[in-house]
Amino acid sequence: MENKTNCVEIVRKQKQTGKWILISVVLLWFFVLIIFPLIGIVMETFKNAISVITSSLSSTASTHAFWLTILITFVAVIINTIFGTIMAIVFAKQNFKGKLFLESLIDLPFAVSPIVAGFMFVILFGPGGWIGSWFYSMNIKIIYALPGMIIATLFVTLPFVAKEIIPVLREFGIEQDEAALILGASQWQIFWKVTLPSIRWGLAYGVTLTIARSIGEFGAVLVVSGSIINKTQTATLRIHDQFTDLNYAGAFSAALILALISFIILNLIQYAQKRKERI
Amino acid sequence: MNKGLKRFVKGDLTVRGIALFYIGLLIILPVIAITTEAFKGGIPNLWKQITLPQALFSLKFTFIIALIMLVINIITGTATAWVLVRYDFPLKKTINALIDIPFAIPTVVTGMMLIVLCGPRSLIGDFFGKHGIEIIYNKPGIILALIFVTFPFVVRSVQPVLIEMERDMEEAAQTLGASKFKIFFHIVLPTIFPSVLTGAALSFSRALGEFGSIVIVAGNIPMKTQVASVYIYGEIESANIQSGLGTAVVLLLSSFIVLIFLNFIQRWSNKYGK
Repeated sequence: MENKTNCVEIVRKQKQTGKWILISVVLLWFFVLIIFPLIGIVMETFKNAISVITSSLSSTASTHAFWLTILITFVAVIINTIFGTIMAIVFAKQNFKGKLFLESLIDLPFAVSPIVAGFMFVILFGPGGWIGSWFYSMNIKIIYALPGMIIATLFVTLPFVAKEIIPVLREFGIEQDEAALILGASQWQIFWKVTLPSIRWGLAYGVTLTIARSIGEFGAVLVVSGSIINKTQTATLRIHDQFTDLNYAGAFSAALILALISFIILNLIQYAQKRKERI
Repeated sequence: MNKGLKRFVKGDLTVRGIALFYIGLLIILPVIAITTEAFKGGIPNLWKQITLPQALFSLKFTFIIALIMLVINIITGTATAWVLVRYDFPLKKTINALIDIPFAIPTVVTGMMLIVLCGPRSLIGDFFGKHGIEIIYNKPGIILALIFVTFPFVVRSVQPVLIEMERDMEEAAQTLGASKFKIFFHIVLPTIFPSVLTGAALSFSRALGEFGSIVIVAGNIPMKTQVASVYIYGEIESANIQSGLGTAVVLLLSSFIVLIFLNFIQRWSNKYGK
């Protein structure tokens, strides 16, 4: 009997050491991979005098770039929230031929390289493209201009809202819709009073992900924009531009601002996620 | 049946029309446009563009680098999920929250962070440089960037499965005297395997297409450290649309294969998982 308890204790001790070794390895990996780089960028920024940082951030090119990012993000969020909700309702509540195929197509923007995405839109909306040539004949420029940048951002952020709401709607079912319908509610009333309240936190989660991706998008926007200073240069393009011009003070201070924004968004994401799970 | 009910049962056609139009315009039409454009000159010509030495190298290089990343990420991602679910330790909640950072941070910023951390002027870069190992502007830097941007995928798909997993089988095996490794490989791994594959497929497709962080970290020397997306960008910039198209179509095809694979896993785990 005594022997047996000893054995159990030894096993338990071994388990404890194994546990702590695994925890330390994972923590070390995590710190080297995620935390150190974050600290690094803060230190690199503040190597420069504060005056250098503020002057490079307040230059016209930089402020223009940040405003452009905000504008594109704003437009992309509104359009993709509306269309994302519509797509989710269609895929969760309706049945039709080819539904499974189309629903998996929604994931394509996640799987495709941003450079290939930008390239597709250059071919479609460029001066010689199927749609682009028509707009060019009306003197509307899409590629190397704001519309193209918005379209590219719409593409890369298309799945977020829809993918977040579809499972919520499926779980929620359509019994309440049917009840409302029988009681004489219109489609609009059903949407505002039944559907929207049930999806609101899933929607919030999808929207924050959309914001984060819109602000951070680089490859797709780079290809369609041409990155023209004071014209089609967003914050990420500006950072890249300054970095390749060896203007490290400007590049790192702008990068730090974006890192801070993403940090705030990350917190919003987590908050929305928690609320979503609670319901 | 009243009119509203009929419309409801059949599904509102206007709403469906809007949804399909949006998917058609933003996803289907661009894919068709780029494919048509690529096949315009005929298949032999397209094949010639894909097998140009620089293009072929960039494709091979991208796949090899992504595979190395995949092996590292599967192991570290599963271990991280395991530690976060099964063990208690200080700062656990904070770390769990910070796992998503790579998704939130712009890829350009990621690239610059890695340069600060491991570049030639940094402590780590200096140390490895003295031993003749170049991290930034070479393969280790690219792999590091890929590991960073794809880190959350495996963790976040394995984590919920581990949380839901019942522990009675493990306990039974333990009382019967199975070793920890035996328990892991015979009980835990089969349960989490579909979710590991899902996370792996997502990180693989992300790694194949990654651009922002790599373009900063890689140095982008043709035939040495140039990945496919950077090669395509270079071809677009220098107006060699045709040679860019070949590589782009290969990447696009890989994305489709990953999507099909993901669908397959989903169905497979729905069938046998519950």
